[in-house]
Amino acid sequence: MSNPVLAQFMTEFLAGRLRLVDLTQTLAPEFPTIVLPPEFGQAWPFRIEEISRYDERGPAWYWNNFSMSEHTGTHFDAPVHWVSGKDLPDNTVDSIPVENFIAAACVIDVSAESAENPDFLLTIDYVKRWEEQHGRIPERAWVLLRTDWSKRVTPKEYLNMAEDGAHSPGPDAEVVPWLIRERNVHGFGTESVGTDAGQAHHLNPPYPCHYFMHGNNRYGLQCLTNLDQLPPQGALIFAAPLKIRNGSGSPLRVMAIVTNG
Amino acid sequence: MTDPLVKPKKKNPVERTRLPTRPPAPRSRAAQGLTRAAAEGVFEMQTCGDCGALQYPPREVCHQCLSERLVWKDADPRGTLIATTVLRHSNDLYFRERLPWKVGTVKMAAGPSVVAHVHEDCAEGGAVRLALKLDRSGQAVLHALPEKDTPNMNDAPQLRESTCDPKFRRVLVSDGKSAMGLAVARAMLDAGANAVFLGDPTSWKTVKAFDALVASDPRVQPVELDVTDTDSVDRLAASIGGKVEILVNTAAYLRDGGILGRKDVILARDAFEVNVLGMMRLAQAFGPGMGFRAADGSNNAVAWVNILSIHALAALPARGAWSASMAAALSAAQTLRAEFAGAGVRVMNVFPGPIDEEWEQLTPPPKLAPAAVAKAIVQGLQGGLEDVYVGDIAEELRTRLRENHKAVERELGQ
Repeated sequence: MSNPVLAQFMTEFLAGRLRLVDLTQTLAPEFPTIVLPPEFGQAWPFRIEEISRYDERGPAWYWNNFSMSEHTGTHFDAPVHWVSGKDLPDNTVDSIPVENFIAAACVIDVSAESAENPDFLLTIDYVKRWEEQHGRIPERAWVLLRTDWSKRVTPKEYLNMAEDGAHSPGPDAEVVPWLIRERNVHGFGTESVGTDAGQAHHLNPPYPCHYFMHGNNRYGLQCLTNLDQLPPQGALIFAAPLKIRNGSGSPLRVMAIVTNG
Repeated sequence: MTDPLVKPKKKNPVERTRLPTRPPAPRSRAAQGLTRAAAEGVFEMQTCGDCGALQYPPREVCHQCLSERLVWKDADPRGTLIATTVLRHSNDLYFRERLPWKVGTVKMAAGPSVVAHVHEDCAEGGAVRLALKLDRSGQAVLHALPEKDTPNMNDAPQLRESTCDPKFRRVLVSDGKSAMGLAVARAMLDAGANAVFLGDPTSWKTVKAFDALVASDPRVQPVELDVTDTDSVDRLAASIGGKVEILVNTAAYLRDGGILGRKDVILARDAFEVNVLGMMRLAQAFGPGMGFRAADGSNNAVAWVNILSIHALAALPARGAWSASMAAALSAAQTLRAEFAGAGVRVMNVFPGPIDEEWEQLTPPPKLAPAAVAKAIVQGLQGGLEDVYVGDIAEELRTRLRENHKAVERELGQ
């Protein structure tokens, strides 16, 4: 006998009481990719070349070749991405249990603070205040940081580079282990180019979100958009990376299911 | 003196664009010795290795002693203009559009009498100096020039047919944020370019010198251009492709590292992506438009410039992946030269030695200032050259490659 929950889901969905929100940026060559010091290896940006378009290269069909890194565009970070997660079980995109690709989401809106201070860091106190207003973060939920960074349309505004590097918001070094230990979160997601703040190499440890999340077999999502369309609590996230053998991450389509109205 | 070139008017958009035609191109294989000299801007004549006779036109054997031991040697370019005539009619498509055309006979101090294109500032009976130049077919022709430079002599329409002077032309510099790109842009402005489109491959990154150059001269127009991104190249060509008369590809990717010592080919791929495929993308996007405008008035599209390296000719194993990309880029440039030949757009390859820029930090001097390379590029365009070797290291390597390329291989590998 079929489970009535799924049938009810479809009924609600078709009636428009449930809605899908696309949290994915369009893959385009000009979309910025994280920039490392030039002497390091660099992630490839998205590149696309037409194979044929109903022409002499293929008369009835249109298709493209594309290339990019595992960490280009809206993408998923697997635990193996960071050295702290290198020896954990099921730490690659192809070995992560599929159940982990569905999880609830808490959306913490720091857009006002980020507009004022591009180096804004999320703290434990901030999260506690957020919980007083919106309820406790449930177990195994994504924590998504809404910064409105996705509304910065030019690469210059989005990467926000100064002579001392990038300036974009992220979590501080205390809140990340706290979220794991005290709230058992599923992972952390951001609108900016990485889960960590632009200046996170100066935190202790450097890149704390990568370090602690992946070191505890948790996941990352970055370059998200449309977080302003999600409620603080109650959205469900479907985020399944490509099944790349031993992959450290992957571009993906991130969908949120929310109740309408 | 020559009338100075006037700044070309804006194009009348409802008039048909004159399509390129070519002067007669066939030459004997022996005559290609002149082409090689003209391509590099030197004056050489075929000389007999046995009796020492100098001959023109080049032949298979010596006209005096029938020896087959013929060599190309520097020759004295001086002579006397003994007769001139002005062509006012021609059945040749190329010349009939460029009449009147002055030709003449020059008695060379070195012996032969030759027929040459005659500069308007040369008087019959007077002393002249001969120069070998490439015509729009890419073949060597002799130009009789005034013995000493005359005012505006490079503006003479007949001479301008053999050169690619940036004066009043619009130049695209593909990467304007590198030291080389900035130097080339400045040199083009100094040479009288009408506009410099300054490519910006990293709009997210502030480069003060780039911003300063853009602010300093209204002729500079910054344009977004990343040669690794087909879409970016196509978008720019769709917007300014019809205005580019000289394209200088300054986009370059240089990194240390050989082949065996690495675990991946990512560095090599990145080098090829910029240095080889980037050139091809630019060519596919901008080439057809430039070819179409190759005879479009006094600011016709004339030149495609690739900044390569002397290591396109001999690998530097310490930078093996990059060297391979340089060799591939040279090969691609040769194909472009053949493909542009029909339109008469010149492909000029520049072969510098090490350049004084950040990725050559550990290279010991002598290193070329980017401005010195840029100057050589402008001079090469003004002279109508095809191959430009810049600096002592490049010149020396080239000479030694001719003498014993195996020795060069062993020494660069140490």
